[in-house]
Amino acid sequence: MESSALPDLLQRVLPEARVGVTQSSDLHPTVSIDRRDVGAVMPVLRDHAELACAVLAELTAVDFWPREPRFEIVYLLLSVQHRLRLRVKVPVPGDDPHVPTVSPVWPAAIWLEREVWDLFGIGFDNHPDLRRLLMPDDWQGHPLRKDYPVQVRMAARTSEPLQVSEQEFRANLERDRRARR
Amino acid sequence: MPDIRTETMTVNMGPQHPSTHGVLRLVLELDGETVVSVAPTIGYLHTGIEKTIEQKKWQQAVPLVERMDYLSAQSNALAFCLSVERLLGLELPERVRWIRILVAELQRINSHLVWLGTHGMELGAVSVLMYCFRERELLLNINEMLAGFRMFPSYLRIGGLREDLPRGFHEAVSAFLDRFPSKLDEYEDLLTENEIYTERTRGVGRLSAEDALAYGLVGPIARASGVAYDVRKAFPYLGYETVDFAVASRTEGDVYARYLVRIEEMRQSVAVCRQVLARITPSGAWAVGDPRITPPPKDRVYTEMEALIQHFLIYSQGITVPAGEAYVPVEGPRGEQGFSVVSDGTNRPWRVKARSPSLLACQALEKMIVGGLIADVIAVIGSIDVVMGDVDR
Repeated sequence: MESSALPDLLQRVLPEARVGVTQSSDLHPTVSIDRRDVGAVMPVLRDHAELACAVLAELTAVDFWPREPRFEIVYLLLSVQHRLRLRVKVPVPGDDPHVPTVSPVWPAAIWLEREVWDLFGIGFDNHPDLRRLLMPDDWQGHPLRKDYPVQVRMAARTSEPLQVSEQEFRANLERDRRARR
Repeated sequence: MPDIRTETMTVNMGPQHPSTHGVLRLVLELDGETVVSVAPTIGYLHTGIEKTIEQKKWQQAVPLVERMDYLSAQSNALAFCLSVERLLGLELPERVRWIRILVAELQRINSHLVWLGTHGMELGAVSVLMYCFRERELLLNINEMLAGFRMFPSYLRIGGLREDLPRGFHEAVSAFLDRFPSKLDEYEDLLTENEIYTERTRGVGRLSAEDALAYGLVGPIARASGVAYDVRKAFPYLGYETVDFAVASRTEGDVYARYLVRIEEMRQSVAVCRQVLARITPSGAWAVGDPRITPPPKDRVYTEMEALIQHFLIYSQGITVPAGEAYVPVEGPRGEQGFSVVSDGTNRPWRVKARSPSLLACQALEKMIVGGLIADVIAVIGSIDVVMGDVDR
């Protein structure tokens, strides 16, 4: 697929969508879309017969601090059927960082979005279970942000295991289970 | 008979459990012996490698990415180097490409041997571990010969290889390739027709092709479910299109199918290694000739001013990579493995994100475990071949 064909196709299927063309060094067709259009564009990318991107290969974010819009969510899609890779970028402003979730389209996104929330602090609207994934639950801040303080000398901390009674443990499990459903 | 009041039981498995391949923790809800729900908890091995890389120079990132998926170090390094080389726009010499293919395929065999040994042991076939580690030792010896380090050789560099192949390398590899197929038959004698093994794996942990794709599990797991997708065939890199090999695939989607797929992959890897080994000339280039990327040979550094300057620049300032982003994946032992690399045009990476096949496999555990028996959980975890270093990074 030519790199200009993808935005044309999207514009044809979704005349309302705000689609921008961007260049990439690795020659994967790349589009930039507005975050308000994520919910409309992503199902098209998965279901359109010419694209059929059944696999969300990667979902990540890049922090361009201090530039604005500060964040960029990057979706790398893979079409096994057409041997095609697409990259979709969604700019996200730093003062209001959130985008719609794509987990109903690709379940793989559930953990990948949790990871982005954990490390960048970008929220995903209507995500089924938006909790930290890698860092401890009581961690302060989002470490992969560029303004996160590193190489700062801090006193050593130990994490005390949470002390709960058996009833509280069961209640917590029940709450988590309800959250997952 | 009066109604018996029943309730589900919650069992915490891991993080310190010998069959969770590290520190995976599963909270299982059981109804009798049947698993009703599972919640994997990860992050115990999170070391922040992606953040660390942002403070390093490009070349210094290679040893770090090798330590993410510690059973397939050279595949990680290969994926990272390919992405950075795409940004640099480098064309690799042919000899470098063949050596890299050889190294990557030996790494695949190495990783699959650890998987086979531990998976067999968890299902009670303890001797398989001894057999597999016997051959793995030979591969680690080859690594040691190549780079002086057995697990994390850091032999691949941006722009080529660290140095030329050592003396006796061809002989060592061909001795291994001659020996290995008969040993593969030995493993198969132990497991393939073994009734205890097949009873515990056939029909266990089924995953449909649609689920495999929806959860992003492109790799051996999806191939066992009937998705014959292999990065080496679909998006050839390093000249894989000139190598003759078949993509192993099954349709059952159970633990046994994943076992058969990986065994067949090892056979195909041997075939690939034989072909590329014959193409590697005894002497020739081992890196690109670009003086901004490859340090000059030592004898020139000692005798020429320009070479000394180049040497000094590369080792103090490092490589400068043009701004842009690239994602060039490889077919790693666990599936599509790649690094989404962003450069701002300086000598340090702006952002490096590892695509982790193990993370996605952990996420899909729920699809494979729920509804099965608790004893099968061990078989399923073994069959998806997770490396926790790759999950948590």
